[in-house]
Amino acid sequence: MSEIAALIVDDSSVMRKIVERALRQAGLPLSKVHEASSGVEALDVLRSERVQLILTDINMPMMDGLEFLRQLREQALAPEVPVVMITTESSEEHVKQAILAGAQGYIRKPFTAEQVKDRVLPLLELS
Amino acid sequence: MATPAREFLQESVHASHLDDAVDEVFRLMMGAPCVPVDESAAEGKETITAVIGLAGTMSGACTLCCGLETALRMAECMVGTRPLELDGMVKDAIGEVCNMVAGAWKGKHAMLAAGCMLSTPAVVTGTNYQLHMQQQEFRIDRTYRFEEHSLSISIICESIR
Repeated sequence: MSEIAALIVDDSSVMRKIVERALRQAGLPLSKVHEASSGVEALDVLRSERVQLILTDINMPMMDGLEFLRQLREQALAPEVPVVMITTESSEEHVKQAILAGAQGYIRKPFTAEQVKDRVLPLLELS
Repeated sequence: MATPAREFLQESVHASHLDDAVDEVFRLMMGAPCVPVDESAAEGKETITAVIGLAGTMSGACTLCCGLETALRMAECMVGTRPLELDGMVKDAIGEVCNMVAGAWKGKHAMLAAGCMLSTPAVVTGTNYQLHMQQQEFRIDRTYRFEEHSLSISIICESIR
């Protein structure tokens, strides 16, 4: 697998660090990790940076993860990039909403590095 | 007459659901168990309280309350480096732990998992304060031990729809 750049979207800087650590523990060849604390910031990042993977929280101020996904698809900013939701919201309804909004994967907090690996690697091999 | 939601919750207001949620969060995110203890959390000079609001099927809050040393240790376990003081990173970490506990707890109730929303965390610091709510349907108050530290976690239900 060639090197990839990832975007991690979470209003918690601690969670962004933990997700990045989990990606590295999963053995992903990360060339660069971009961070954003809301959907608005994430859209800004994607207007100037190319990434091959997006991981986003749902509950965030300003623009939540689901609206970010809708905007992402509407604005065609990263049409082929897999998006994985990482969130405390784990009901079937939330998963359904995320998939309808365009997410390819779903990870419930709290999580292990192994779970991140299991959800993310197959998406990168497909994309 | 009790609504199905109220009946369901009253039957399942078992602290064991909260205990399971807390232990899951601590084991997965901090690599250490967190077990219930039959005592009050040790009081330090400064108290840190994270609050997550619950709205929808159930209105209320989940709170996590601990002293400075406990908060520093929890943050250290999460990010891998020891914070020197109660800075934004520590408050962020405590807020996230409370968020995950609230999410894991509500996830154990099918009716709450889909019908109850969580707010983003608020963190309060200070000394000798108490959190009051106007009315309470029920509350669960538990004290836990994490390594040699203690913390308390509460679920406060104002109303059920």
